[in-house]
Amino acid sequence: MTRSFLAKNPSVLAFLAILALFTLVVTVLAEGSGSGVISTSFVKTLGKTLCLCLIALAMDLVWGYAGVLSLGHFAFFALGGYMIGMWLMYARTEDIVIQSLSGSELPPTAEEIAAGIGNQIFGVVGGSEIPAIWHFAGSLPAQLALVVLVPGLLAALFGWLAFRSRVTGVYLSILTQAMTLALALYLFQNDSGLRGNNGLSGLQNIPGLGQVSQSVLSIWFFWASAAALGMAYLLAAWIVSGKFGSALRAIRDDEARVRFLGYSVESYKLFIFTLTAVIAAIAGALYYPQAGIINPAELAPIASIYLAVWVAIGGRGRLYGAVIGAAFVSLLSSWFTGGRAPDIPLGFYTIKWVDWWSIALGLSFVLVTLFAPKGIGGLFDLVQGRLAPARGGADLGPDDGSLQEREALK
Amino acid sequence: MHRIFVIVLAACLMVLPGLARADLAAVIAENADSIAKPSRQTIAPVIAALAATEDPGIAGFLAAWADRGLGQRKADGAIFRIADQGTDYALANPVDGSPAGTAPKSDIAEIRPNSGVRGLIASALVAFQLDDPDPAQRAAALGAIARTPEADHLAPLRAALDDSDPALAAQKSRLERLLTLRFDPDSAARVAAIESFGTDLGLDLRGALNPLVTTRRVVSAAPPEGANIARELRLNREIAPDEAFALLVADGKAPAPLTIAEQRTALIDNIANGMVGGIPVHQLDTQAARDRAYTALEQAGAVPVAATSDEIAVTVAGFRYFDLYAEPDAAVTDAAEAALQAIAVTVGAMTAFDLGLDALSLASIFFLAAIGLALTFGVMRVINMAHGEFIMMGAYTGYCVQLLIPDYTISILVALPLAFAVTFAAGVAMERLVIRHLYKRPLETLLATFGISIALQQLAKNIFGTQARPLTAPGWLDGAWALNDVVSISYIRIAIFVMALVLLAVFLFIMKRTRLGLEVRAVTQNPSMAASMGINPDRINMMTFGLGSGIAGLAGVAIGLFAKVTSELGNDYIVQSFMTVVVGGVGNIWGTLAGAALIGGLQKGIEWLNPANTLAAQTWMILFIIIFIQFRPRGIIALKGRAAGD
Repeated sequence: MTRSFLAKNPSVLAFLAILALFTLVVTVLAEGSGSGVISTSFVKTLGKTLCLCLIALAMDLVWGYAGVLSLGHFAFFALGGYMIGMWLMYARTEDIVIQSLSGSELPPTAEEIAAGIGNQIFGVVGGSEIPAIWHFAGSLPAQLALVVLVPGLLAALFGWLAFRSRVTGVYLSILTQAMTLALALYLFQNDSGLRGNNGLSGLQNIPGLGQVSQSVLSIWFFWASAAALGMAYLLAAWIVSGKFGSALRAIRDDEARVRFLGYSVESYKLFIFTLTAVIAAIAGALYYPQAGIINPAELAPIASIYLAVWVAIGGRGRLYGAVIGAAFVSLLSSWFTGGRAPDIPLGFYTIKWVDWWSIALGLSFVLVTLFAPKGIGGLFDLVQGRLAPARGGADLGPDDGSLQEREALK
Repeated sequence: MHRIFVIVLAACLMVLPGLARADLAAVIAENADSIAKPSRQTIAPVIAALAATEDPGIAGFLAAWADRGLGQRKADGAIFRIADQGTDYALANPVDGSPAGTAPKSDIAEIRPNSGVRGLIASALVAFQLDDPDPAQRAAALGAIARTPEADHLAPLRAALDDSDPALAAQKSRLERLLTLRFDPDSAARVAAIESFGTDLGLDLRGALNPLVTTRRVVSAAPPEGANIARELRLNREIAPDEAFALLVADGKAPAPLTIAEQRTALIDNIANGMVGGIPVHQLDTQAARDRAYTALEQAGAVPVAATSDEIAVTVAGFRYFDLYAEPDAAVTDAAEAALQAIAVTVGAMTAFDLGLDALSLASIFFLAAIGLALTFGVMRVINMAHGEFIMMGAYTGYCVQLLIPDYTISILVALPLAFAVTFAAGVAMERLVIRHLYKRPLETLLATFGISIALQQLAKNIFGTQARPLTAPGWLDGAWALNDVVSISYIRIAIFVMALVLLAVFLFIMKRTRLGLEVRAVTQNPSMAASMGINPDRINMMTFGLGSGIAGLAGVAIGLFAKVTSELGNDYIVQSFMTVVVGGVGNIWGTLAGAALIGGLQKGIEWLNPANTLAAQTWMILFIIIFIQFRPRGIIALKGRAAGD
């Protein structure tokens, strides 16, 4: 009974150790620390991958454990990116404007600075006024708070509305997808105040750190992403290991039964939905400064579906599965679509991976769904010899209740 | 005189039969110098004299004159029609255009009447064209007048009101009234002309009425004498102080206000010893401090006095502001305002009707896209993310058929069944290979079909490229059915509406009247019971899924007719289709119909409120749907009892 949390969850320790080792190796080999085996852009790619692992972790919590297939988590990811991007862009533009105005005879007034910033940022969408939603953009602490608050409140509101009217299953998926689409369409408008389809750019330059080179910055962001992933993993493992986690899994397997047992199913779902939205937002806030640009295309509904694809390939219902899936598929995707994968000449036709990767991914995804519902994570079960019991019927998967599983055993 | 004699003689010799034609030539010759150097003041009698000859060649002559197609031979002053021919002019007889040799450019002076003269010529010309024996010429002349109506046209038009062609006569009469209401000197006649139109909605009428009621804004101390005042503007209510002051500035009644930039320049010019107006420069980082410094400079007389906001308020209050009609006649403007108001009411009603038609057409597009889903998702509860790609496959099938069959009518008739067959086969294959293994795992169906969706999309991109492919509608679907100037709907949209109705009928027939429909309903309600009744659920599921996919292919051909056929065609419709089914109520075709009507109507309604922004309309529509689902989670028409499943 008194065994420590880590002792009960050996995979957590293993995961953290691997993550720490990986971080150390990348740091030592990175361009920023002198050796230069790994280029700065690849360090950034790795850092971004860690952020994607983080959001995949969130997706696993909400889908793999609570059974809520949200197709909206990339919206929260992008919102987090927008919130930090507003500060990055505003503060940097402010520096530039003050610099350019400081040459004149009169010291600039606050109005002149604001007008200069407005022109710089909103000139591309034909405006010069700074919209009200940028009110806090000058302050880093305020925007950091908004990174958590805006997606968190949106998720809480949406979740409250959806769960209290008992929207479940595919309906909920479609509803979350609709929310993502609505948000994307809203951000695509030029008068949304977030520069329409231009998005926010120049985010890789951190205000106040102009003298720090990108190669060093990339390592810092890599560390931050790794730290965030490690902490989120700990938090997620702690959440799913206790009573709360049992209740979550019970909701996933048979929501009605848990409700009849007296649990407030809606509160559980709302909590996990909001928490994962916040984790997704933090992941986005770390991702976009490394990517350098964010625009509404980032939160197209398809991105959230890809997220589900990563988690499914990695293995739902186990935290490391989500991380492995996200890292594996996104790195493989960027390798294949980056034009570095060798073409396959067939004599009569040459397979160019840039053109055929999506097809291969789509089909392999179908195959994983059909034949390996446990995903890559299932391999660990094979290694440990932990196999599914020889059921009379097929594996019904986590969406079917225990009742049907017992029936299948007959 | 010798010269004229020679020309007249030549003309007589050339065209003996018509004596009248000689007259025109004579008039031209007589007035050759006036024709060559016309001025607006003096040319009218010449044009009248030319017109009085009633020669059949007069129209051609006047047209050439106005068109700079005439030249005067420098040697003898004779007038010719000229045409550019390299270094030479080809000369032609001015009366009948028969060739008269060539001459070097240096010998001929091109005649260039100014715009005033051209206007006079044109109105004289119109009179001839309006009486032209050729109806096409008359119609062209009417068109020319309608495009650029001028007061000069009124008289010839009135003289030519009788027309043998009743349609042209009606057109002439309408044009005459339109010109009367703008240009007639008699006020009563203009009012009568305005009132004669009654409830007419024509764009030409509105085009004629609107200039009558244009206003300009003036500022003055007292109401302007003799002007036709539309209204007086009360300060702060109809006119903002800023705007009022801008009017005063434009009128020279007040000095221009000091802009921030001017103030800045003035302050910089007056920096002395690091101080401006007694304030250190480094303190001038607020607007208030700059204002104080400027005031100090003003008092020192170093800069011109600029109006402060108090002074502006006082100045502005000292004047009155009016909107004046450009048209001086009050009776006419009143009648025009009343007529425009009546038109606006009718146009509003018509616009609402037109909006209704638009909404109906959008709803039928959504319905078309969703009707296949109503089967696969609504009846079978299989969520098929590749549904949009089936629509795309249908559209590309249509495109391929058009490549092979050039006749658009036949190709569409071939494409429809072929698209159905192709997508039916694809649907059956997908059901057999993938979906049947996942009936117990609905969420994973979503993901697996999504995998198929991205694969199909990329495949289409690899085969057809990324650019849009045309799917051309047959010629008889071109154009629009126009009820009047406001209400119109294109034939393609009518065709899509009809097709949606036909598919609805087919769907209902299959589901309610055929053995297959009966079995489909049995299998969806209770597969094991249906199986024990001798129905093969596997076969039924396969057929249902194929049918739903086939209908998506049909929809694809229809949608491809007006949308661009790209590999992302399906993406644009998939979310809306699912929402149509969910909002309408799963498992009920009438629900899908209601959902499509609701979503289509809503989107058009929101677009009408904010016409510039269709993105915003979609955003608000989705938000509305999310909230709608809160109150009716099972859709508009919810299944009740056991059929509801859960």
